Amino acid sequence: MRNGWDMNPHAALAIARIRRLGAIGFFMGLFLLTGCKTEHPFVQSAVFKDSHEITIAFAGPVDDAWAQTIANFSVNEIADPDIFADIAAAALSRDRKSLTLRLTDAMNRQNSHTVMLKEILSDGKSLGTARLTLKQPYFGTLLSILIGAMIIQNFVFSKYLGLCVFFGTSRKKSTAVGMGITFTIVIVFASMLSWFLYQFVLKPFRLDYLQIVVFIGLVSLTVQGVDTIMRKVNPKLFKAFGVYLVLVIANCIIIAVPLTLAQNEYNLYESLMLALGAGLGFLIALFLMSSVRERLEFAKIPEAYRGLPIAFIVAGLFALSFMGFSGMSLF
Amino acid sequence: MPTTPKTHKQLFLNGILNENPIFRLALSMCPAVGLSTSVMNGLLLGVAVLFVQVFSSCTISLIKSHIHPRIRIPTYTLTIATWVTVIDLILAAYVPVAYKAMGIFVRLIVAFAIITMRLEVFACRHDLASSFWDGMGMGVGFLFGMTVLGTIREILGMGTFLGIEVLGFRPMLFFVLPAAGFFTVGFMMAIFNYAETISVRRKRRG
Repeated sequence: MRNGWDMNPHAALAIARIRRLGAIGFFMGLFLLTGCKTEHPFVQSAVFKDSHEITIAFAGPVDDAWAQTIANFSVNEIADPDIFADIAAAALSRDRKSLTLRLTDAMNRQNSHTVMLKEILSDGKSLGTARLTLKQPYFGTLLSILIGAMIIQNFVFSKYLGLCVFFGTSRKKSTAVGMGITFTIVIVFASMLSWFLYQFVLKPFRLDYLQIVVFIGLVSLTVQGVDTIMRKVNPKLFKAFGVYLVLVIANCIIIAVPLTLAQNEYNLYESLMLALGAGLGFLIALFLMSSVRERLEFAKIPEAYRGLPIAFIVAGLFALSFMGFSGMSLF
Repeated sequence: MPTTPKTHKQLFLNGILNENPIFRLALSMCPAVGLSTSVMNGLLLGVAVLFVQVFSSCTISLIKSHIHPRIRIPTYTLTIATWVTVIDLILAAYVPVAYKAMGIFVRLIVAFAIITMRLEVFACRHDLASSFWDGMGMGVGFLFGMTVLGTIREILGMGTFLGIEVLGFRPMLFFVLPAAGFFTVGFMMAIFNYAETISVRRKRRG
Protein backbone atom coordinates (compact mmCIF):
# COMPACT_ATOMS: atom_id res chain seq x y z
CA MET A 1 0.00 0.00 0.00
CA ARG A 2 1.20 3.47 -0.84
CA ASN A 3 0.82 6.09 1.76
CA GLY A 4 1.78 9.76 1.85
CA TRP A 5 5.24 9.16 3.17
CA ASP A 6 6.85 7.23 0.31
CA MET A 7 6.00 9.41 -2.69
CA ASN A 8 8.82 10.34 -5.07
CA PRO A 9 11.30 12.87 -3.68
CA HIS A 10 10.78 15.58 -6.34
CA ALA A 11 7.07 15.74 -5.75
CA ALA A 12 7.63 15.77 -2.01
CA LEU A 13 10.09 18.66 -2.33
CA ALA A 14 7.74 20.65 -4.53
CA ILE A 15 4.86 20.10 -2.13
CA ALA A 16 7.02 21.11 0.78
CA ARG A 17 8.02 24.31 -1.05
CA ILE A 18 4.43 25.16 -1.90
CA ARG A 19 3.40 24.50 1.67
CA ARG A 20 6.13 26.75 2.99
CA LEU A 21 5.18 29.58 0.62
CA GLY A 22 1.55 29.08 1.50
CA ALA A 23 2.29 29.23 5.19
CA ILE A 24 4.33 32.43 4.82
CA GLY A 25 1.60 34.03 2.73
CA PHE A 26 -1.03 32.96 5.22
CA PHE A 27 0.79 34.52 8.15
CA MET A 28 1.59 37.70 6.20
CA GLY A 29 -2.10 37.97 5.36
CA LEU A 30 -3.11 37.47 8.95
CA PHE A 31 -0.54 40.01 10.04
CA LEU A 32 -2.23 42.68 7.94
CA LEU A 33 -5.65 41.84 9.33
CA THR A 34 -5.15 43.62 12.59
CA GLY A 35 -7.21 46.07 14.55
CA CYS A 36 -10.84 46.69 13.68
CA LYS A 37 -12.37 45.09 16.68
CA THR A 38 -14.90 46.51 19.08
CA GLU A 39 -16.81 45.25 22.07
CA HIS A 40 -20.18 45.22 20.32
CA PRO A 41 -20.89 42.73 17.52
CA PHE A 42 -22.82 45.27 15.43
CA VAL A 43 -20.13 47.95 15.56
CA GLN A 44 -17.26 47.22 13.23
CA SER A 45 -14.81 49.95 14.07
CA ALA A 46 -14.43 53.21 15.93
CA VAL A 47 -11.51 55.48 15.10
CA PHE A 48 -10.31 59.04 15.63
CA LYS A 49 -10.71 60.87 12.34
CA ASP A 50 -9.00 64.04 13.50
CA SER A 51 -8.74 65.88 16.79
CA HIS A 52 -12.45 66.81 16.67
CA GLU A 53 -14.09 63.85 14.97
CA ILE A 54 -14.77 60.20 15.73
CA THR A 55 -15.96 57.85 13.00
CA ILE A 56 -17.93 54.73 13.88
CA ALA A 57 -18.69 52.06 11.28
CA PHE A 58 -21.66 49.70 11.67
CA ALA A 59 -22.23 46.26 10.20
CA GLY A 60 -25.60 47.33 8.81
CA PRO A 61 -27.62 50.52 8.28
CA VAL A 62 -28.85 52.33 11.39
CA ASP A 63 -31.93 54.53 11.70
CA ASP A 64 -31.70 58.23 10.82
CA ALA A 65 -33.79 59.42 13.73
CA TRP A 66 -31.61 57.55 16.20
CA ALA A 67 -28.40 58.92 14.68
CA GLN A 68 -29.65 62.51 14.77
CA THR A 69 -30.35 62.40 18.53
CA ILE A 70 -27.15 63.60 20.16
CA ALA A 71 -28.39 62.46 23.58
CA ASN A 72 -27.85 58.89 22.42
CA PHE A 73 -24.09 59.34 22.42
CA SER A 74 -21.49 60.15 25.02
CA VAL A 75 -17.72 60.45 24.80
CA ASN A 76 -15.28 60.57 27.71
CA GLU A 77 -11.69 59.82 28.52
CA ILE A 78 -11.29 56.49 30.29
CA ALA A 79 -9.33 58.18 33.06
CA ASP A 80 -12.21 60.62 33.75
CA PRO A 81 -15.45 58.64 33.53
CA ASP A 82 -17.60 61.52 34.79
CA ILE A 83 -16.36 64.26 32.46
CA PHE A 84 -18.22 63.98 29.17
CA ALA A 85 -17.04 65.71 26.04
CA ASP A 86 -19.43 68.13 24.38
CA ILE A 87 -20.82 66.66 21.16
CA ALA A 88 -21.56 69.37 18.61
CA ALA A 89 -23.10 67.29 15.85
CA ALA A 90 -23.71 63.74 14.67
CA ALA A 91 -23.74 62.99 10.95
CA LEU A 92 -24.74 59.75 9.23
CA SER A 93 -23.23 58.76 5.90
CA ARG A 94 -25.44 58.18 2.86
CA ASP A 95 -25.47 54.36 3.18
CA ARG A 96 -26.35 54.86 6.88
CA LYS A 97 -23.49 52.60 7.94
CA SER A 98 -21.00 55.17 9.13
CA LEU A 99 -21.56 57.74 11.87
CA THR A 100 -19.35 60.76 12.49
CA LEU A 101 -19.44 62.47 15.86
CA ARG A 102 -18.12 66.04 15.90
CA LEU A 103 -16.93 67.38 19.25
CA THR A 104 -16.83 71.03 20.33
CA ASP A 105 -13.38 70.78 21.92
CA ALA A 106 -10.32 69.01 20.63
CA MET A 107 -9.58 65.59 22.15
CA ASN A 108 -6.25 64.43 23.43
CA ARG A 109 -5.85 61.51 21.10
CA GLN A 110 -3.02 60.03 23.15
CA ASN A 111 -5.53 59.05 25.83
CA SER A 112 -8.00 56.22 25.39
CA HIS A 113 -11.61 57.30 25.10
CA THR A 114 -14.88 55.54 25.82
CA VAL A 115 -17.78 56.06 23.43
CA MET A 116 -21.27 55.02 24.52
CA LEU A 117 -23.97 54.42 21.91
CA LYS A 118 -27.31 53.99 23.67
CA GLU A 119 -29.84 51.53 22.27
CA ILE A 120 -28.64 51.33 18.67
CA LEU A 121 -31.68 51.25 16.38
CA SER A 122 -31.46 49.43 13.08
CA ASP A 123 -34.67 49.21 11.04
CA GLY A 124 -36.64 50.03 14.15
CA LYS A 125 -35.02 47.16 16.07
CA SER A 126 -32.98 47.86 19.20
CA LEU A 127 -29.56 46.20 19.21
CA GLY A 128 -28.61 47.16 22.73
CA THR A 129 -26.15 49.69 24.07
CA ALA A 130 -22.60 49.64 22.75
CA ARG A 131 -19.64 50.73 24.82
CA LEU A 132 -16.58 51.25 22.65
CA THR A 133 -13.00 51.92 23.54
CA LEU A 134 -10.98 54.17 21.29
CA LYS A 135 -7.25 53.89 21.35
CA GLN A 136 -4.68 55.60 19.23
CA PRO A 137 -2.26 52.82 18.30
CA TYR A 138 0.99 54.58 18.90
CA PHE A 139 4.46 53.54 19.79
CA GLY A 140 4.27 54.70 23.38
CA THR A 141 1.38 52.43 24.32
CA LEU A 142 3.25 49.46 22.94
CA LEU A 143 6.43 50.38 24.75
CA SER A 144 4.60 50.91 28.02
CA ILE A 145 2.94 47.49 27.68
CA LEU A 146 6.33 45.93 27.01
CA ILE A 147 8.13 47.61 29.91
CA GLY A 148 5.07 47.12 32.11
CA ALA A 149 4.98 43.36 31.59
CA MET A 150 8.75 43.14 31.85
CA ILE A 151 9.54 45.19 34.95
CA ILE A 152 6.74 47.23 36.53
CA GLN A 153 4.24 44.36 36.62
CA ASN A 154 6.83 41.59 36.44
CA PHE A 155 4.94 38.32 36.27
CA VAL A 156 7.13 36.60 38.83
CA PHE A 157 7.82 39.33 41.38
CA SER A 158 4.64 41.41 41.12
CA LYS A 159 1.99 38.93 39.99
CA TYR A 160 3.40 35.80 41.64
CA LEU A 161 2.92 33.51 38.66
CA GLY A 162 5.12 30.75 37.28
CA LEU A 163 6.77 30.10 40.63
CA CYS A 164 7.16 26.31 40.34
CA VAL A 165 9.33 26.59 37.27
CA PHE A 166 10.98 29.72 38.62
CA PHE A 167 12.26 27.97 41.72
CA GLY A 168 13.01 24.78 39.82
CA THR A 169 15.29 26.27 37.21
CA SER A 170 17.00 29.16 38.98
CA ARG A 171 19.71 27.10 40.66
CA LYS A 172 22.34 27.72 38.00
CA LYS A 173 22.86 30.69 35.70
CA SER A 174 23.18 28.58 32.54
CA THR A 175 19.91 26.75 33.26
CA ALA A 176 18.18 30.02 34.07
CA VAL A 177 19.19 31.65 30.79
CA GLY A 178 18.28 28.54 28.77
CA MET A 179 14.86 28.34 30.38
CA GLY A 180 14.29 32.07 29.96
CA ILE A 181 15.09 32.09 26.26
CA THR A 182 13.06 28.96 25.48
CA PHE A 183 10.15 30.34 27.44
CA THR A 184 10.26 33.69 25.62
CA ILE A 185 10.19 32.02 22.21
CA VAL A 186 7.34 29.67 23.10
CA ILE A 187 5.20 32.29 24.81
CA VAL A 188 5.41 34.65 21.83
CA PHE A 189 4.28 31.88 19.45
CA ALA A 190 1.58 30.62 21.78
CA SER A 191 0.16 34.07 22.51
CA MET A 192 0.03 35.03 18.84
CA LEU A 193 -1.81 31.82 17.99
CA SER A 194 -4.22 32.31 20.88
CA TRP A 195 -4.87 35.87 19.78
CA PHE A 196 -5.81 34.79 16.26
CA LEU A 197 -7.96 31.97 17.56
CA TYR A 198 -9.68 34.23 20.07
CA GLN A 199 -10.34 37.09 17.66
CA PHE A 200 -11.34 35.07 14.61
CA VAL A 201 -12.94 31.93 16.05
CA LEU A 202 -13.93 32.20 19.71
CA LYS A 203 -15.30 35.74 19.60
CA PRO A 204 -17.27 35.63 16.32
CA PHE A 205 -18.90 32.33 17.33
CA ARG A 206 -19.48 33.47 20.92
CA LEU A 207 -17.47 30.63 22.38
CA ASP A 208 -15.77 32.80 25.01
CA TYR A 209 -16.47 30.30 27.75
CA LEU A 210 -14.21 27.77 26.02
CA GLN A 211 -11.19 30.05 26.52
CA ILE A 212 -9.50 27.90 29.14
CA VAL A 213 -9.88 24.63 27.25
CA VAL A 214 -8.83 26.12 23.92
CA PHE A 215 -5.86 28.09 25.24
CA ILE A 216 -4.38 25.23 27.23
CA GLY A 217 -4.73 22.93 24.25
CA LEU A 218 -3.14 25.51 22.00
CA VAL A 219 -0.21 25.98 24.36
CA SER A 220 0.46 22.24 24.48
CA LEU A 221 0.26 22.13 20.69
CA THR A 222 2.70 25.03 20.33
CA VAL A 223 5.18 23.38 22.65
CA GLN A 224 4.89 20.13 20.71
CA GLY A 225 5.28 22.05 17.44
CA VAL A 226 8.36 23.97 18.58
CA ASP A 227 9.79 20.69 19.84
CA THR A 228 9.33 18.97 16.47
CA ILE A 229 10.54 21.89 14.36
CA MET A 230 13.59 22.53 16.51
CA ARG A 231 14.53 18.83 16.47
CA LYS A 232 14.48 18.80 12.67
CA VAL A 233 15.79 22.26 11.85
CA ASN A 234 18.50 22.77 14.43
CA PRO A 235 19.48 19.66 16.43
CA LYS A 236 22.27 21.57 18.16
CA LEU A 237 19.86 24.13 19.52
CA PHE A 238 17.48 21.34 20.47
CA LYS A 239 20.19 19.66 22.50
CA ALA A 240 20.76 22.86 24.44
CA PHE A 241 17.14 23.94 24.96
CA GLY A 242 15.02 20.81 24.43
CA VAL A 243 14.93 19.86 28.09
CA TYR A 244 13.28 23.14 29.03
CA LEU A 245 10.45 22.76 26.55
CA VAL A 246 8.61 20.24 28.72
CA LEU A 247 8.79 22.60 31.67
CA VAL A 248 7.21 25.44 29.70
CA ILE A 249 3.74 23.89 29.97
CA ALA A 250 4.02 23.68 33.74
CA ASN A 251 4.51 27.45 33.88
CA CYS A 252 1.27 29.26 34.57
CA ILE A 253 2.46 32.50 32.90
CA ILE A 254 2.07 30.82 29.54
CA ILE A 255 -1.66 30.42 30.11
CA ALA A 256 -2.03 33.70 32.02
CA VAL A 257 -0.87 35.81 29.06
CA PRO A 258 -3.48 34.53 26.55
CA LEU A 259 -6.19 34.92 29.19
CA THR A 260 -5.04 38.47 29.96
CA LEU A 261 -4.94 39.57 26.36
CA ALA A 262 -8.38 38.12 25.73
CA GLN A 263 -9.73 39.87 28.81
CA ASN A 264 -8.18 43.25 27.91
CA GLU A 265 -9.12 43.01 24.22
CA TYR A 266 -5.57 43.75 23.11
CA ASN A 267 -4.86 44.06 19.41
CA LEU A 268 -2.15 42.08 17.66
CA TYR A 269 0.75 44.44 18.38
CA GLU A 270 -0.25 44.96 22.00
CA SER A 271 -0.52 41.19 22.43
CA LEU A 272 2.91 40.73 20.89
CA MET A 273 4.37 43.28 23.30
CA LEU A 274 2.65 41.69 26.30
CA ALA A 275 3.94 38.23 25.38
CA LEU A 276 7.44 39.53 24.71
CA GLY A 277 7.43 41.50 27.94
CA ALA A 278 6.23 38.49 29.94
CA GLY A 279 8.94 36.29 28.42
CA LEU A 280 11.75 38.81 28.90
CA GLY A 281 10.50 39.62 32.40
CA PHE A 282 10.68 35.93 33.28
CA LEU A 283 14.21 35.82 31.85
CA ILE A 284 15.25 38.82 33.95
CA ALA A 285 13.71 37.32 37.09
CA LEU A 286 15.42 33.98 36.50
CA PHE A 287 18.77 35.62 35.85
CA LEU A 288 18.61 37.78 38.99
CA MET A 289 17.52 34.85 41.12
CA SER A 290 20.14 32.45 39.77
CA SER A 291 22.90 34.98 40.37
CA VAL A 292 21.92 35.11 44.04
CA ARG A 293 21.41 31.37 44.41
CA GLU A 294 24.84 30.60 42.97
CA ARG A 295 26.30 32.65 45.79
CA LEU A 296 24.00 31.06 48.36
CA GLU A 297 25.72 27.75 47.64
CA PHE A 298 28.74 29.02 49.53
CA ALA A 299 26.87 30.78 52.30
CA LYS A 300 26.40 29.33 55.75
CA ILE A 301 22.65 28.84 56.04
CA PRO A 302 20.83 27.31 59.04
CA GLU A 303 19.98 23.71 58.26
CA ALA A 304 16.20 24.13 58.24
CA TYR A 305 16.45 26.94 55.70
CA ARG A 306 18.59 25.13 53.16
CA GLY A 307 17.14 24.72 49.67
CA LEU A 308 13.69 26.10 49.01
CA PRO A 309 12.96 28.11 52.19
CA ILE A 310 15.93 30.45 51.71
CA ALA A 311 15.09 30.72 48.01
CA PHE A 312 11.61 31.90 48.96
CA ILE A 313 13.01 34.51 51.30
CA VAL A 314 15.39 35.78 48.61
CA ALA A 315 12.47 35.96 46.19
CA GLY A 316 10.53 37.90 48.83
CA LEU A 317 13.34 40.46 49.03
CA PHE A 318 13.31 40.77 45.24
CA ALA A 319 9.54 41.20 45.28
CA LEU A 320 9.88 43.96 47.88
CA SER A 321 12.36 45.81 45.73
CA PHE A 322 10.20 45.33 42.65
CA MET A 323 7.37 46.98 44.59
CA GLY A 324 9.36 50.17 44.15
CA PHE A 325 8.38 50.12 40.49
CA SER A 326 4.66 49.91 41.22
CA GLY A 327 2.52 52.82 40.19
CA MET A 328 5.13 53.94 37.71
CA SER A 329 3.86 54.86 34.27
CA LEU A 330 6.00 55.67 31.30
CA PHE A 331 3.95 58.01 29.16
CA MET B 1 4.33 4.05 44.74
CA PRO B 2 3.56 2.12 47.92
CA THR B 3 3.72 -1.64 47.56
CA THR B 4 0.90 -2.38 49.97
CA PRO B 5 -2.49 -0.89 49.15
CA LYS B 6 -3.47 1.86 51.57
CA THR B 7 -6.78 2.24 53.28
CA HIS B 8 -8.93 5.17 52.26
CA LYS B 9 -8.25 6.91 55.52
CA GLN B 10 -4.51 6.66 54.97
CA LEU B 11 -4.89 8.01 51.43
CA PHE B 12 -6.87 10.94 52.76
CA LEU B 13 -4.42 11.79 55.53
CA ASN B 14 -1.43 11.32 53.22
CA GLY B 15 -2.42 14.37 51.22
CA ILE B 16 -2.90 16.51 54.30
CA LEU B 17 0.28 15.70 56.21
CA ASN B 18 2.99 13.58 54.58
CA GLU B 19 2.54 14.93 51.10
CA ASN B 20 0.99 18.31 51.71
CA PRO B 21 1.01 19.94 48.27
CA ILE B 22 2.17 23.33 49.50
CA PHE B 23 4.62 22.65 52.33
CA ARG B 24 5.97 19.23 51.43
CA LEU B 25 5.72 18.80 47.66
CA ALA B 26 6.25 22.54 47.01
CA LEU B 27 3.87 22.41 44.07
CA SER B 28 1.30 25.02 43.06
CA MET B 29 3.13 27.80 44.82
CA CYS B 30 1.67 30.67 42.80
CA PRO B 31 -1.67 30.93 44.65
CA ALA B 32 0.01 30.10 47.95
CA VAL B 33 2.07 33.26 47.57
CA GLY B 34 -0.25 35.50 45.61
CA LEU B 35 -3.65 34.78 47.07
CA SER B 36 -3.14 33.99 50.75
CA THR B 37 -3.58 37.57 51.95
CA SER B 38 -6.80 36.68 53.75
CA VAL B 39 -8.45 33.53 55.06
CA MET B 40 -11.46 34.01 52.80
CA ASN B 41 -9.43 34.07 49.58
CA GLY B 42 -7.47 31.03 50.68
CA LEU B 43 -10.64 29.11 51.57
CA LEU B 44 -12.41 29.90 48.31
CA LEU B 45 -9.50 28.97 46.08
CA GLY B 46 -8.90 25.88 48.21
CA VAL B 47 -12.50 24.79 47.66
CA ALA B 48 -12.16 25.41 43.92
CA VAL B 49 -9.00 23.31 43.76
CA LEU B 50 -10.60 20.58 45.87
CA PHE B 51 -13.52 20.47 43.47
CA VAL B 52 -11.32 20.30 40.37
CA GLN B 53 -8.98 17.74 41.91
CA VAL B 54 -11.71 15.38 43.07
CA PHE B 55 -13.72 15.53 39.86
CA SER B 56 -10.66 15.21 37.59
CA SER B 57 -9.36 12.25 39.62
CA CYS B 58 -12.74 10.52 39.42
CA THR B 59 -13.11 11.21 35.70
CA ILE B 60 -9.66 9.88 34.84
CA SER B 61 -10.14 6.90 37.13
CA LEU B 62 -13.38 6.04 35.33
CA ILE B 63 -12.01 6.31 31.80
CA LYS B 64 -8.45 5.15 32.47
CA SER B 65 -8.79 1.93 30.47
CA HIS B 66 -9.82 3.86 27.35
CA ILE B 67 -6.89 6.32 27.32
CA HIS B 68 -4.03 5.49 25.01
CA PRO B 69 -0.81 5.92 27.03
CA ARG B 70 0.73 8.20 24.40
CA ILE B 71 -1.98 10.83 24.65
CA ARG B 72 -2.53 10.57 28.37
CA ILE B 73 -1.07 13.98 29.30
CA PRO B 74 -3.23 15.94 26.79
CA THR B 75 -6.22 13.97 28.06
CA TYR B 76 -5.46 14.97 31.64
CA THR B 77 -5.01 18.59 30.63
CA LEU B 78 -8.30 18.74 28.77
CA THR B 79 -10.14 16.99 31.61
CA ILE B 80 -8.78 19.49 34.10
CA ALA B 81 -9.56 22.40 31.77
CA THR B 82 -13.16 21.26 31.49
CA TRP B 83 -13.66 21.08 35.25
CA VAL B 84 -11.89 24.42 35.71
CA THR B 85 -14.29 25.99 33.22
CA VAL B 86 -17.19 24.54 35.22
CA ILE B 87 -15.99 25.94 38.55
CA ASP B 88 -15.00 29.24 36.89
CA LEU B 89 -18.52 29.75 35.58
CA ILE B 90 -20.10 28.62 38.87
CA LEU B 91 -18.02 31.03 40.96
CA ALA B 92 -18.61 33.90 38.54
CA ALA B 93 -22.35 33.29 38.79
CA TYR B 94 -22.78 32.74 42.54
CA VAL B 95 -20.00 34.68 44.29
CA PRO B 96 -19.14 37.48 41.84
CA VAL B 97 -17.41 39.72 44.40
CA ALA B 98 -15.03 37.08 45.73
CA TYR B 99 -14.48 35.85 42.18
CA LYS B 100 -13.28 39.30 41.19
CA ALA B 101 -10.90 39.40 44.15
CA MET B 102 -9.35 36.12 43.08
CA GLY B 103 -8.82 37.47 39.60
CA ILE B 104 -7.11 35.24 37.13
CA PHE B 105 -6.10 32.60 39.68
CA VAL B 106 -9.26 30.51 39.35
CA ARG B 107 -8.61 30.05 35.66
CA LEU B 108 -4.99 29.27 36.35
CA ILE B 109 -5.96 26.18 38.35
CA VAL B 110 -5.67 24.54 34.96
CA ALA B 111 -1.89 24.93 35.09
CA PHE B 112 -1.43 23.69 38.65
CA ALA B 113 1.16 20.95 38.62
CA ILE B 114 -0.38 19.25 41.65
CA ILE B 115 -3.54 18.16 39.85
CA THR B 116 -1.82 16.76 36.77
CA MET B 117 0.69 15.03 39.02
CA ARG B 118 -2.01 13.28 41.05
CA LEU B 119 -3.72 12.09 37.86
CA GLU B 120 -0.46 10.77 36.45
CA VAL B 121 0.81 9.18 39.66
CA PHE B 122 -2.40 7.96 41.21
CA ALA B 123 -5.74 8.21 39.44
CA CYS B 124 -4.70 6.46 36.24
CA ARG B 125 -3.80 3.29 38.14
CA HIS B 126 -6.40 3.03 40.87
CA ASP B 127 -10.10 2.41 41.18
CA LEU B 128 -12.72 5.09 41.63
CA ALA B 129 -13.00 5.03 45.43
CA SER B 130 -9.23 5.23 46.03
CA SER B 131 -8.87 8.02 43.48
CA PHE B 132 -11.71 9.90 45.13
CA TRP B 133 -10.07 9.72 48.54
CA ASP B 134 -6.65 10.58 47.13
CA GLY B 135 -8.14 13.60 45.37
CA MET B 136 -9.97 14.58 48.57
CA GLY B 137 -6.75 14.30 50.55
CA MET B 138 -4.76 16.43 48.14
CA GLY B 139 -7.53 18.98 47.81
CA VAL B 140 -8.05 19.24 51.56
CA GLY B 141 -4.28 19.38 52.04
CA PHE B 142 -4.15 22.34 49.69
CA LEU B 143 -7.14 23.93 51.40
CA PHE B 144 -5.43 23.41 54.75
CA GLY B 145 -2.18 24.97 53.52
CA MET B 146 -3.97 27.97 52.04
CA THR B 147 -6.00 28.48 55.22
CA VAL B 148 -2.92 28.32 57.45
CA LEU B 149 -1.08 30.83 55.28
CA GLY B 150 -4.16 33.05 55.09
CA THR B 151 -4.65 32.93 58.85
CA ILE B 152 -1.05 33.84 59.60
CA ARG B 153 -1.02 36.69 57.14
CA GLU B 154 -4.41 38.07 58.07
CA ILE B 155 -3.79 37.98 61.82
CA LEU B 156 -0.27 39.41 61.61
CA GLY B 157 -1.11 41.92 58.91
CA MET B 158 -4.60 43.14 59.73
CA GLY B 159 -5.25 41.76 63.22
CA THR B 160 -8.43 40.10 61.96
CA PHE B 161 -9.66 36.58 61.23
CA LEU B 162 -12.20 36.15 58.44
CA GLY B 163 -12.75 39.88 58.65
CA ILE B 164 -13.59 39.81 62.40
CA GLU B 165 -11.42 41.88 64.72
CA VAL B 166 -9.29 39.58 66.89
CA LEU B 167 -6.27 41.43 68.16
CA GLY B 168 -7.53 44.99 68.11
CA PHE B 169 -4.33 46.27 66.53
CA ARG B 170 -2.20 45.55 63.50
CA PRO B 171 1.05 43.86 64.55
CA MET B 172 2.87 43.87 61.19
CA LEU B 173 1.15 45.52 58.28
CA PHE B 174 3.99 44.14 56.19
CA PHE B 175 2.30 40.72 56.05
CA VAL B 176 -0.62 41.86 53.92
CA LEU B 177 1.75 43.25 51.33
CA PRO B 178 1.81 40.86 48.40
CA ALA B 179 5.56 40.41 48.67
CA ALA B 180 5.24 38.98 52.17
CA GLY B 181 3.71 35.82 50.70
CA PHE B 182 7.20 34.67 49.78
CA PHE B 183 8.43 35.20 53.34
CA THR B 184 5.45 33.44 54.93
CA VAL B 185 5.80 30.39 52.70
CA GLY B 186 9.57 30.36 53.25
CA PHE B 187 9.20 30.47 57.03
CA MET B 188 6.49 27.79 57.02
CA MET B 189 8.68 25.49 54.94
CA ALA B 190 11.57 26.07 57.31
CA ILE B 191 9.33 25.17 60.26
CA PHE B 192 8.22 21.95 58.55
CA ASN B 193 11.86 21.08 57.80
CA TYR B 194 12.85 21.78 61.40
CA ALA B 195 10.05 19.62 62.76
CA GLU B 196 11.14 16.82 60.46
CA THR B 197 14.80 16.94 61.53
CA ILE B 198 13.75 16.87 65.18
CA SER B 199 11.47 13.88 64.72
CA VAL B 200 14.21 12.05 62.79
CA ARG B 201 16.68 12.74 65.59
CA ARG B 202 14.23 11.44 68.19
CA LYS B 203 13.64 8.26 66.25
CA ARG B 204 17.37 7.64 66.05
CA ARG B 205 17.77 8.03 69.81
CA GLY B 206 14.70 6.02 70.67
